[in-house]
Amino acid sequence: MLDISPAEWTAILLSLRVAVIATLVATPFGIALAWLLARRDFWGKSVLDALVHLPLVLPPVVTGYLLLLSFGRKGLIGSFLADHLGMIFAFRWTGAALACGVMAFPLLVRPMRLSIEAIDRRLEQAAETLGAAPWKVFFTVTLPLALPGVLAGMVLGFAKAIGEFGATITFVSNIPGETQTISSAIYSLIQTPDGDAAAGRLVIVSIVLAIGALIAAEWFARRATQRLHGN
Amino acid sequence: MLRVDVEKQLGEFSLSASFSSEGRVIGLFGASGAGKSSLVNMIAGLLRPDRGTIVIDGETVDDTAAGIHVPTYRRRIGYVFQDARLFPHLSVAQNLDYGRRMNGLAPDPAQHKRIIDLLDIGALRDRRPGKLSGGERQRVALGRALLSKPRLLLLDEPLGALDEGRKLEILPYLVRLRDEANVPMVYVSHDVAELRQLATQIVMLKQGRVTSFGGVKVLT
Repeated sequence: MLDISPAEWTAILLSLRVAVIATLVATPFGIALAWLLARRDFWGKSVLDALVHLPLVLPPVVTGYLLLLSFGRKGLIGSFLADHLGMIFAFRWTGAALACGVMAFPLLVRPMRLSIEAIDRRLEQAAETLGAAPWKVFFTVTLPLALPGVLAGMVLGFAKAIGEFGATITFVSNIPGETQTISSAIYSLIQTPDGDAAAGRLVIVSIVLAIGALIAAEWFARRATQRLHGN
Repeated sequence: MLRVDVEKQLGEFSLSASFSSEGRVIGLFGASGAGKSSLVNMIAGLLRPDRGTIVIDGETVDDTAAGIHVPTYRRRIGYVFQDARLFPHLSVAQNLDYGRRMNGLAPDPAQHKRIIDLLDIGALRDRRPGKLSGGERQRVALGRALLSKPRLLLLDEPLGALDEGRKLEILPYLVRLRDEANVPMVYVSHDVAELRQLATQIVMLKQGRVTSFGGVKVLT
């Protein structure tokens, strides 16, 4: 039905790869941060909280530019990573994944944090009286009970990452096959005289992916309630 | 068996309790707000005393002067809460097995069977905690605590959340436990009748102080 061209497939597959990698890499950090924000009181907590949410409120082009300044070849972090680990982000698909991960992070962390906050801490105490060291309590009680929220966060983060545009194009530009995601492909196509049909196809793909993600996130949220009530 | 000599300030409330007991079931008796739960939480290590010592089975688990505070998970105690606190994401069987797994103990089918039979919970194994009645939940919680092979079992008003009928359903199990399980217990309650049936020694608490200590006859 949708007659998707090879070039469009390239953009779709690249978007999927970028979003999957961004989500998978961001998830452990997201869980750690969600736990920290839900459970610990420390100096600078509100600053950290604000910092996590910053990509949500900053103009994406600003976030992208800041990434370029820090992770570009001449940036402080970028030059270090390139010289010592051979990791290059600028104008590479890995850079797109980094930009998407940063932009998706606040959406990813929020459901995780809420689900950790919703856990009855007395269950963790009970686990401790049964001989579970704190890290075992985390992996056998906290994380399993928070799992639906963790998955919901991953789905939302993925949906955000797959549609990210502003920060990505600013940081890694719009190179077909390397950094041209669905969003930047659509942007290019609607500036091309005959691009409407192709743009339309990619728009439909984006809408399907976004709605699918929302349905999945909703489903995980419902699972969370069931899980907490032990049915 | 158990030696407690602690002080703790909790807001306006001050708790200062001292007793030592070799009894099989120490009944901790007092009105609500007398400090019973705080005392039990200190024995469990969930609450840290401001000053004092706690010795369980010859091991000093708290000694503020010497800077000793053994964390809860290394105290080898069992704790049955008023609200069973079963893990909702695990089946009954997994709940029962939790303590053994966390302590890295080898499976002990004989003991497992004995406790399951004693508490009559064999038929519940595959159910989820959410599908159990209050009384069933409490029996599973008892089994879960016992199967971690504790050297001391703490029970904080384990019948408190049950109605009269359910209480009568659980009490015989507790009596059997006392006579057959061979684990010393601290049993917290504000119910004289319950303690008369179960306790071998009574510690009476009133506004954070021990007012009497002795046999069950102090419950007059």
